[in-house]
Amino acid sequence: MRMPLVSMLGIACLLFAAPAAQAQDKPTDPQIAHVAYTAGVIDIEAAKLALTKSNTKAVVDFATSMQNDHQAVNEQALALVKKLNVTPEDNATSQALTAAAQAERAKLEKLDGAAFDKAYVDNEIAFHKQVNAALETVLIPSAENGELKSLLETGLKLFQGHQQHAEHVAADLK
Amino acid sequence: MSRLVLDRRVFLTGGLALLATAGAASAHGDTVHVTVHKMAFEPASVEVRAGQTIEWINKDPFAHTATVKDGWEVMLPPGKSATHVVRQDDSVSYYCRFHPNMTGTITVIG
Repeated sequence: MRMPLVSMLGIACLLFAAPAAQAQDKPTDPQIAHVAYTAGVIDIEAAKLALTKSNTKAVVDFATSMQNDHQAVNEQALALVKKLNVTPEDNATSQALTAAAQAERAKLEKLDGAAFDKAYVDNEIAFHKQVNAALETVLIPSAENGELKSLLETGLKLFQGHQQHAEHVAADLK
Repeated sequence: MSRLVLDRRVFLTGGLALLATAGAASAHGDTVHVTVHKMAFEPASVEVRAGQTIEWINKDPFAHTATVKDGWEVMLPPGKSATHVVRQDDSVSYYCRFHPNMTGTITVIG
């Protein structure tokens, strides 16, 4: 069974999204910023692992792109929260994401060669799909601050691009 | 009344001159500029003549490419610009290899 990261994120989204009728269940801007930043850190760590394990050019190129892009967008996020004087707030979704990522990492660390490449890229596709769904359905609609919303919208386009890139890499690996 | 017509003519001429200037701003001489910003090519479609240069100005903090499938590729590092000299057969669709949801088209005219 290799699905904790994805399933946990799905569950985490539900934590916020399910009782949508109740306003207090909507994530606050400090929580949204924390979730977005955490998702970025998780993907940077996964990319670093891939860069130590993979020798496949398409995978190495993809991981390099993930590391650089998520680093850049997280720097933008940090600059924005500083400007807005917002302190990102840890929350159940961020914690679930981190726990699931640790479980996924433990699995990936045991794999090598083609098996690693496939597992890493497949997980990247699934992870970006879930993050994009969370952005579209929960995080962007819930964001109160216009600049935070705008950054999340650019992030969504970026991560949709990553998902497509990962799908291209997966097709090349076959 | 004739004064009004005259004024309107002056206004229209001035307006046309402004439009001409605005058009020239995106195509200095033989270079056509495409801005890459917030994960999009702007404008997404350009009409150019063979021999002209397309310059992509990447304002994003992300590396992008202008890639033609089975053709040429221009690397666009974060915050940098890069160019491609248009050939007669460059009526193409292109995309960013790192973010394939970013697409553009080039049409060679004349």
